[in-house]
Amino acid sequence: MVLHTVNQAPHSSQCLTDCLRVISAPAALLLIEDGSYAATVANAPLFDNLDCNIDCYVLLPDLEARGLLTLVSPRFTPISDCAFVALSTQCQRVQSWY
Amino acid sequence: MQLAVVINGSPTASQAANTGLRYIEAALASGHQEPRVFFYGEAVHIANRLTTPPQDESNLTHRWQALAQQHNIELIVCIAAAIRRGVMDEREAKRHEQTSGNLAEGFELSGLGQLIDATLNADRLITFGGQQ
Amino acid sequence: MSQAGSILLVLRHSPYSSQIAREALDAALTAAAFEVPVSLLFLNDGVYQLISEQQPEQLRAKNLSKALPALALYDIDQIYTSKSCLDIRGLNAAALCITAEPLDDAAVARLFHQYQHILSF
Repeated sequence: MVLHTVNQAPHSSQCLTDCLRVISAPAALLLIEDGSYAATVANAPLFDNLDCNIDCYVLLPDLEARGLLTLVSPRFTPISDCAFVALSTQCQRVQSWY
Repeated sequence: MQLAVVINGSPTASQAANTGLRYIEAALASGHQEPRVFFYGEAVHIANRLTTPPQDESNLTHRWQALAQQHNIELIVCIAAAIRRGVMDEREAKRHEQTSGNLAEGFELSGLGQLIDATLNADRLITFGGQQ
Repeated sequence: MSQAGSILLVLRHSPYSSQIAREALDAALTAAAFEVPVSLLFLNDGVYQLISEQQPEQLRAKNLSKALPALALYDIDQIYTSKSCLDIRGLNAAALCITAEPLDDAAVARLFHQYQHILSF
């Protein structure tokens, strides 16, 4: 299983688009840093074509820092730093999109 | 698990060093072995002892130093990437005819072989990068 | 099933505007010197690294298109790129500075699953 992390905001960078083009199950997607902006309800359509078998997460400290807690799309599960570590060890390898 | 963490983003122009630090703190809290850390590219600036954020701001270099000291973690900085960017220990400063080095305590300059070695011996490898 | 000890380097950035392309190449050559099975994937703006006849003299920069052929000297021959990324950028897979196998998106997707570790550049 591959963990993909994306750390750039969806409208100023191609990172997320680039990732979504080649992400394939078994995989998980974790939005971190500015990537967390993509986890908002307004950006939910960006993930319409994402395989539903790919679990989507967003890093909680980044959501909180940016004031996005009430805006998170139900597709994304906010996770703590410890859960991030656990996720990265459940996956076999990590591709970081930045 | 043995984790290898590559930091490849500027400490001031990206969150790489910040997120990476928190990841390692969480890994240690979760009971993992001391991760191997390699600073590459713009991340080498974290090892410059002269960086001085305002008093009311967190000092990321100090936080890494504290982590390394508390948990006996080696903070390996790519020597080629560092020298290119003006981060040197005393030895390299002398070699390059600079008046003094500026490598922060607790950081160590080493070659890319350390990155490859850390990768080969890791159960998991993760990179924290910054916008280029 | 991924090959033990194998590394995939993913190269996503264009050359010259930063050091990342050069530093990724250095990492690849070091891995090869350690006799680690290493493959490269030039993806997204990373495909710009493959343009032939780069002439960075006026930038006083080292010529990446002349440096990439060192990969072959180090026996790094599993070099991949993305058809769609080349096409979108108007690049011809047959006219790159090194041989890189162009993959479709599905094949690129599969590649991420085939290595023990990924070094993301």
